[in-house]
Amino acid sequence: MEKTSEQIRADLLRPLFSTGPGYWTAVAIAASMVLAGVFAFCYQVYNGIGVWGLNSPVFWAFDITNFVFWIGISHAGTLISAILRLCNAGWRRPVTRCAEAITVFALSIGAIVPICHLGRPWLFYWMVPYPSERHIWPNFRSPLAWDFIAISTYLTGSTLFLFLPIIPDCAAARDLTRGWRRKLYSLLSLGWQGTPRQWHRLETAMHIMAIAIIPVAVSVHTIVSWDFAMTPVPMWHSTIFGPYFVVGAIFSGVAALILAMALLRKFLRLDEYLQPIHFDHLGKLLLTMSLLWVYFTFAERLTTWYGNDPSEMAVFWSSIRQQFAPLFWTMVVCNFIIPFPFLAIKKLRTITGTVIASTTIVAGMWIERFLIIVPSLEHKYLPYSWGTYRPTWVEITLMVAGFGMMALLYLLFSKLVPMISMWELEAGVRKAPAVPRHVVSLKPRPATGIAESEPFATDLSR
Amino acid sequence: MRALYALYSDPDAAQRAVNALKTAAGSLGIADRQIVVVTAEPFDGYDFSDEHAESPMFLIASFTGILGGLVGYWLTRFTQVSYPLPTGGMPIVPPWTNAIIVYELTMLGAIAGTVITLLVMAGLPQFGESLSDPEVWHGKILVGVTEPPEKARPELEKHLRQAGASEVKATA
Repeated sequence: MEKTSEQIRADLLRPLFSTGPGYWTAVAIAASMVLAGVFAFCYQVYNGIGVWGLNSPVFWAFDITNFVFWIGISHAGTLISAILRLCNAGWRRPVTRCAEAITVFALSIGAIVPICHLGRPWLFYWMVPYPSERHIWPNFRSPLAWDFIAISTYLTGSTLFLFLPIIPDCAAARDLTRGWRRKLYSLLSLGWQGTPRQWHRLETAMHIMAIAIIPVAVSVHTIVSWDFAMTPVPMWHSTIFGPYFVVGAIFSGVAALILAMALLRKFLRLDEYLQPIHFDHLGKLLLTMSLLWVYFTFAERLTTWYGNDPSEMAVFWSSIRQQFAPLFWTMVVCNFIIPFPFLAIKKLRTITGTVIASTTIVAGMWIERFLIIVPSLEHKYLPYSWGTYRPTWVEITLMVAGFGMMALLYLLFSKLVPMISMWELEAGVRKAPAVPRHVVSLKPRPATGIAESEPFATDLSR
Repeated sequence: MRALYALYSDPDAAQRAVNALKTAAGSLGIADRQIVVVTAEPFDGYDFSDEHAESPMFLIASFTGILGGLVGYWLTRFTQVSYPLPTGGMPIVPPWTNAIIVYELTMLGAIAGTVITLLVMAGLPQFGESLSDPEVWHGKILVGVTEPPEKARPELEKHLRQAGASEVKATA
């Protein structure tokens, strides 16, 4: 039986009004992780950046690992959502907002990390080009200035890309609520009425934004890769870094999206909307990205090994069979060995299977970022300058706080805005009878009778 | 806002109502802009919706994108010429690296232009009174006339009912 428009709205607005103890427990845990990070940051500001484990020759480590990791995670949302919108993929409808929210939050967290790394973080605005008495303008030849401009563009675009489809849903919430919520949603809906003219303009705008945001997303992670590739450090100065980073970003981003969807499905009781077929489709995408990641990793290592340059081989062997070998092989296991069977074998590509694969991939991709950065810095060209790096409690706490902040922002957002776009879902339901029968399974309906192992369960009664 | 409107469950019925109102508009003394349709989702393929399909948004986005690119070019060139740094024989204004800034600001210009055009063309933000009904968010389609002439009300109500509305509502 199909859900009516009224039922869909009731289901999707329910999490905004009803909150269980589990929600507040999760908020408390996430908030305490963030508070721990705030404490570590204050400690660092008071005592100086020396409280981090950085020292010559390793001047970047956990912080830049977290930066690259979070920028990578941010590729899940806007990029995937934009591609699916342009392809007019019907199954995207319940997924897009969960994904777009990940982008905005992950990008914000990623952008905070380099600011923490500044010796005097309160002067971060010096990166902004504006006429001032200092006569110091950004050096646009520096990849760090490219980062600033690219991330600002992507964050602006992604925030607007997330916000625009929220406007009609806020209008619905405005008309269906009372009290302070009505005032809040009146403000957020910008006075949206729902006239055909407004719908047309919104859809056209979303279409243009989708076209514009895809190249921006690709450029952002390419530019992040150029932070390394523009430097003559062993195993960094490589043309493969741009696409390698983009693939890695989409890979980790899709994994994060699957995890977020699984948590939303469970805790917001959205199992009638986030169905096995959505995890199945994303699982296939994850499989493709896993294979691409293996291809790039192998190509990069093979080229280095074949070249046999002494300085590069020092980094190569340190990660393959010396001090970083345990991390390297854990990364391979997490990013390929474990996920591959779960994603390649149809019977295993269930919700549970994709969640297991995604969990290992998120961990594996964090390790990958670390292995790109630290072994190269520890083994620069002249062996007398080699050194080692160990993270301190401050860096570890800041890393944990990043995960806490992501969870906290996502939890608060889910309390404020429906996590599935109501109007897009309803439009999909209305259009569904016109599409082939096998796509009808995408329409939301009660979960009873749909086994998790039946990702393509079809309503044959139609 | 004074208005007379009806709610329809079926978009075909809403289409009939819009057609009837437009046909009778001249004789009833109402203008096309007084006929309002409000929906909870976009209805592609219906005349009441598709008549607004044409928009210069793509053109404007392209223009603002080019404008953004020009700002990027100016910003990088002006900065590098005004505050020259030692470059070891490399160009003071390097086109390769500046292209990255130009590219990003082109895309930012296109995005900003799109959003501003949307807000202007969709009449947002608009916090004044507008015709709506909570039933719209339960899947109904609202078709109505704002500021209807008093003497035309019975005729308007008849048209709205004939199209399939079970109830006609009025706002004071």
